[in-house]
Amino acid sequence: MVTNSEKNARAAKTAKNRFADMLFRNLTRAMATLTLLLLVGIIVSLTIGAWPSIKAFGWGFFASSEWNPPADRFGGLGPMYGTLITAFIAVAIALPISFGIALFLTELSPAWLRRPLGIAIELLAGIPSIVYGMWGLLVFSPVFASTVQPWLAKTLGQVPLIGKLFAGPPIGIGILAAGIILAIMIIPFITSVMRDVFELTPAMLKESCYGLGGTTWEVVWNVVLPYTRVGVIGGTMLGLGRALGETMAVTFIIGNTSVLDSFSLFMPGNSIASALANEFAEATSPLYTSALIELGLVLFFITFVVLSFSKLLLFSLEKKAGTTS
Amino acid sequence: MPSLNPAELSPQITMRALNFYYGQTHALKNINLDVYRNTVTAFIGPSGCGKSTLLRTINRMYDLYPGQRADGDLLIDGVNVLADDVDTIELRAKVGMVFQKPTPFPMTIYENIAFGVRMHEKLSRIEMDDRVEWALTKAALWDEVKDKLNRQGTSLSGGQQQRLCIARGVAVKPRVLLLDEPTSALDPISTMRIEELVNELKKEFTIVIVTHNMQQAARVSDFTAYMYLGELVEFGKTDDIFIKPQDKRTEDYITGRMG
Repeated sequence: MVTNSEKNARAAKTAKNRFADMLFRNLTRAMATLTLLLLVGIIVSLTIGAWPSIKAFGWGFFASSEWNPPADRFGGLGPMYGTLITAFIAVAIALPISFGIALFLTELSPAWLRRPLGIAIELLAGIPSIVYGMWGLLVFSPVFASTVQPWLAKTLGQVPLIGKLFAGPPIGIGILAAGIILAIMIIPFITSVMRDVFELTPAMLKESCYGLGGTTWEVVWNVVLPYTRVGVIGGTMLGLGRALGETMAVTFIIGNTSVLDSFSLFMPGNSIASALANEFAEATSPLYTSALIELGLVLFFITFVVLSFSKLLLFSLEKKAGTTS
Repeated sequence: MPSLNPAELSPQITMRALNFYYGQTHALKNINLDVYRNTVTAFIGPSGCGKSTLLRTINRMYDLYPGQRADGDLLIDGVNVLADDVDTIELRAKVGMVFQKPTPFPMTIYENIAFGVRMHEKLSRIEMDDRVEWALTKAALWDEVKDKLNRQGTSLSGGQQQRLCIARGVAVKPRVLLLDEPTSALDPISTMRIEELVNELKKEFTIVIVTHNMQQAARVSDFTAYMYLGELVEFGKTDDIFIKPQDKRTEDYITGRMG
């Protein structure tokens, strides 16, 4: 026998639960929407800020490397080239090194060394970027100028075509030095992702390859790496994204000139992020400010493209794995 | 059916006073055992008895893990493979292994076979094609996959994947095949096919199989070793072990009173 009051109480409870559920659902939905709105808002405000520059220079902004504040003529090619090339150098150097470290940590290192070494590498990620910048400027670049650069000029600099990249006076600071500092900065990120995914490889799969008489190298290169490629690509993209946007360390060591008159990696250059950091305070004319904002929009776009590309790549890999497994 | 009289068989693997340790744990105690050429030898026993450990000692798989070590003698064709100067890479090419679960490599069916061969031999394209076909035929898989050699190995069914793993092991032409509970993840039909395959393969290879399943041991093996708590309790012809075990512990296990 169910009394009326019991029935009412139960109905009230159900209504209360429904209300709580609805409240929770809407709250979380609002949070998710807010993020999207912020993203759109940033794009819109950057575009509005950059509009005078977009109108004044059009596509020419991407083709010109003239950066002339007194004459109010701006072209962003220098910083764009600097951003892309330093990030590319960084990934090109960091990827094989991170692979080696991750390989050592997961397959070769004695057990007692594994944890301390892993932690030490992760701590590298905790060093503030301004410290990297100071170290790069005061310690690294003089040594780089007196030893590595002359050697590079004598060897790679003599090779036709790519020799142009290593021409010019060895002054230490410049695009190559910035790329190397960035490489050091992103190594911990790529390494820790790689190590984590390498550890996910089933022991039995590795043993199957060892069981056929595979060497450690053959096991890692042919079995572990293909098995974990999605994670490896993800980690690399994470590092690339960080290298593209890094500001402080690059500002210290890249040389900060938006003029692009040679493709040599020894020459000082500029990256978008460091141009913004350096010049915003001194941008006097409205067009100058607007040009800088346009650079920011471009950087946003580059990172967006890199991230989308990596997501797309991962997605297609997953889809491929999905249809065949 | 060849004679199973040990006097007429030649031992391929000889274990004498073999001990194995996981750190401080003494996991295999004074094992003395002969595995005869072109026969199937089954290791049976309850979980944790050391049967898989014994199998992993034969190809020194334990070398990959710090803290695991073996002493005593383990001779394959007269060579003590526990010696420090043994090249484990070469050893493992001579001693193939198949695991509890199918472990196809993340590559095509063709490459799954060719990859292992390429690590040890330099073959021309045509020779490699022949070798792949030979190995897949040996593993009774050729007819099912000959039209899709370029598909991923993982696209096959579980039973096919396990036969692919057997083909992969066979392809490098080992002398011994170690099967570590090869059917424990498979359905009854696939299990039956693998068991038939084992019977075929012993004509060319010496086979050691670890199994949880006593019926399987009775069906596929010529010799059976019953292990318990790291000791080899009883070893003999499979028929003898299952019909008239000498040791009370073997009898208890086989009749289902223990384990």
